[in-house]
Amino acid sequence: MMNEGLHMNQALPLFVAIPLGAAFLIPILVRVWRRLPDIVGNLSTLSLLVMSLTLVGKGPSTYYMGGWRPPLGINLVADGLSVLLLVVVSLVAFCATLFSIPYMERYTSKSRYYSLFMLMVAGMNGVVLTGDMFNLYVFLEIASIASYALVAFGTEAEELEASFKYMIMGCVASTFVLFGVGVLYGKTGTLNMAHLAKIIDENGMSPAIWFAAALFLMGFGLKAAMVPFHAWLPDAHPSAPAPISAMLSGVLIKSLGIYSLARVSYIVFGMSKPISTIFMVLGGLSMIVGVLLAVGQWDMKRLFAYHSISQMGYVMLGLGLGTPLGILGGVFHLLNHSAFKSCLFLCSGAIEHEVGTRELKKMGGLWRRMPVTSTSCVISSLSISGVPPFNGFWSKLIIIVAAIQARHYVAATIAVVVAFLTLTSFTKVMRYAIFGSPAAESQKVKEAPALMGVALILLALCCTSFGLLYPVLKPLLLGPATDVLLRAGDYISLVLGG
Amino acid sequence: MKGMSLIVRTIARVVTTFIILYSAYIVVYGHITPGGGFPGGVILALGIMLLMLAFGKDLPLRKLPEGRASVLDCLGALGFWAIALLGFTAGYFFLNFLGKGEPFRLVSAGTMPLSNIFIGIKVGVSLFAVLTALSVYRRFYPPGEEPPEED
Amino acid sequence: MIPYLFATAMLLIGLYAIVARRNLIKIVIGVAITEYAVNLFLILLGYRAGGIPPILSKGMDLNKFAANSVDPLPQALTVTSIVIGLGVIALLVALVLRLYEKYGTLDESEIKRLKG
Repeated sequence: MMNEGLHMNQALPLFVAIPLGAAFLIPILVRVWRRLPDIVGNLSTLSLLVMSLTLVGKGPSTYYMGGWRPPLGINLVADGLSVLLLVVVSLVAFCATLFSIPYMERYTSKSRYYSLFMLMVAGMNGVVLTGDMFNLYVFLEIASIASYALVAFGTEAEELEASFKYMIMGCVASTFVLFGVGVLYGKTGTLNMAHLAKIIDENGMSPAIWFAAALFLMGFGLKAAMVPFHAWLPDAHPSAPAPISAMLSGVLIKSLGIYSLARVSYIVFGMSKPISTIFMVLGGLSMIVGVLLAVGQWDMKRLFAYHSISQMGYVMLGLGLGTPLGILGGVFHLLNHSAFKSCLFLCSGAIEHEVGTRELKKMGGLWRRMPVTSTSCVISSLSISGVPPFNGFWSKLIIIVAAIQARHYVAATIAVVVAFLTLTSFTKVMRYAIFGSPAAESQKVKEAPALMGVALILLALCCTSFGLLYPVLKPLLLGPATDVLLRAGDYISLVLGG
Repeated sequence: MKGMSLIVRTIARVVTTFIILYSAYIVVYGHITPGGGFPGGVILALGIMLLMLAFGKDLPLRKLPEGRASVLDCLGALGFWAIALLGFTAGYFFLNFLGKGEPFRLVSAGTMPLSNIFIGIKVGVSLFAVLTALSVYRRFYPPGEEPPEED
Repeated sequence: MIPYLFATAMLLIGLYAIVARRNLIKIVIGVAITEYAVNLFLILLGYRAGGIPPILSKGMDLNKFAANSVDPLPQALTVTSIVIGLGVIALLVALVLRLYEKYGTLDESEIKRLKG
């Protein structure tokens, strides 16, 4: 046997199978008892969280679908980067479903909501795990179509408009990705990522392969809302229900955008100078444009959405630097961003649920009325602005140090300036929403329901602890993820056993 | 819309039987001839659409109400999912665990015909649901105006 | 080379429809054109002059079949992407119907309640 030393993990397909099964069981179970969608949805995300945590620190493992070996069959690969993304997706998904129990009461048809939510989780887990290019496209489309529908879930005029815009952009992005997959297949005759990487490594980059790389950059860049392709994000993310905004900003743009882009450009094409320059330019642009557009916003969720663009810029910059420290910082910031951005969006949902507005000017003095929500909102705001000792500070610090080490002084300056502007912008949020004098609307508000509070506290704890737990996280999660991107050859020998 | 003339209705009634039979053939023989679950399901849904055109929009919804369609749709998907999971019993997810039989016979190719049947149900019912949702519940009139009277 | 140029040209036509047209239905048609451009490209990838369909029937010689049939994998990919495209177009059309219900127009330039 050629794959003697390889660790086969029978549990890998369950990461896709559990949410997929839940998605189709929920519409049937809701006829039995109205509460069953809540229970099934939360149980499946909880089991995903537990399963993903068991993968941590085990080393890479793989699985052959139907027993067909690569390059013939589709294989699933859980290496360091995939495990990190699986943990992030499951963590945010669990908090979002917990939050949904009270929050989604005011929408009709909760079972459809859970069904779409589970489809989205299944798609994201599939994207993260798969080792096959076309399979990546299929899972990408499953996650995207579910998210288009979820953005329009409220079926108000603005939500429909945002969803339509998002959907057109998303369809164009998916078409580019499929075109790229086709070009790769036409030139190499294989769809398996490791096999592709081997062939491209041996033959070098031909013009057609560069064409495919450009198509992937446009496609995944659109999904990640990098700056020239960012127009849909500030409309789509605020329009969705709050738990979905948390999922979209917290994990969807990462797994469909940044992860796929990093996987394809580092592993399949092999990182080269032009690609890393493009990464850094896109990252820098996103950081500046995102934060400048965010400063003038008064709609809470819209402000958060613009900050997602700018924070994703940090991740891209870190990955584009290509040095071990830079990649480590990028991966760490990806983990941190999912914690504090989903916490912020859930806070905005809790505030909207109680106060009934998203306008910062109409809030104020929530500190006394909603202590749990306010505390978690302040913690996550401080995290995103990079105040020590919260987690955002450490990852931003690593990225800036890495940029200076790599002699990219312009990039380092941009990172520092954007961190400062982010702090300014979030001072405004805290000043108007949490502290300050109570506005007329927030005189009689109560604390959000208990389950919402639990989800918020869970994420706020992550924001506080990730920075301090860095010595624990690095060998378990971040180091393996960095190694995957640094040593592309390992992936080839892991999958093909060569 | 109340449907079309007597001639259309009579022909549609006869033809639909054959269309549904043909869709069943496409689904069941999917593993040995061109076809399979998806094309068969599409043909099934279009056969029902013909009935809807001929007899008016209410008829298919009387035969298959929205709720029942949703359950059938999910059952089709769950059946396929269960076949994939049953592969675990023989060692691999999605493993074709049944006997392969002799090629070119109707009962052959292990789980493939079963998967085709479930996909056929899933596609047929969900396409039916999509088309009815787009036509029966259609709201293609400006806000504030009542739906136009139909004759 | 020809499939690449052909598919790129068709993709650009679809993109033109998405970018330059104002009517929502025409934008949806543009999306459909880009999808079919890629589907056509995938099919052309597997094309072989004088090839036979990749369906084995009774009494056919296996080696001869393998030497003459066109590549079946792109066809499988195309079927999958057609199915996905069907779902996408259905959802888009449903959204357009709902948008028309809310705004009373199909003109994109009048559907501008979001700040952009």
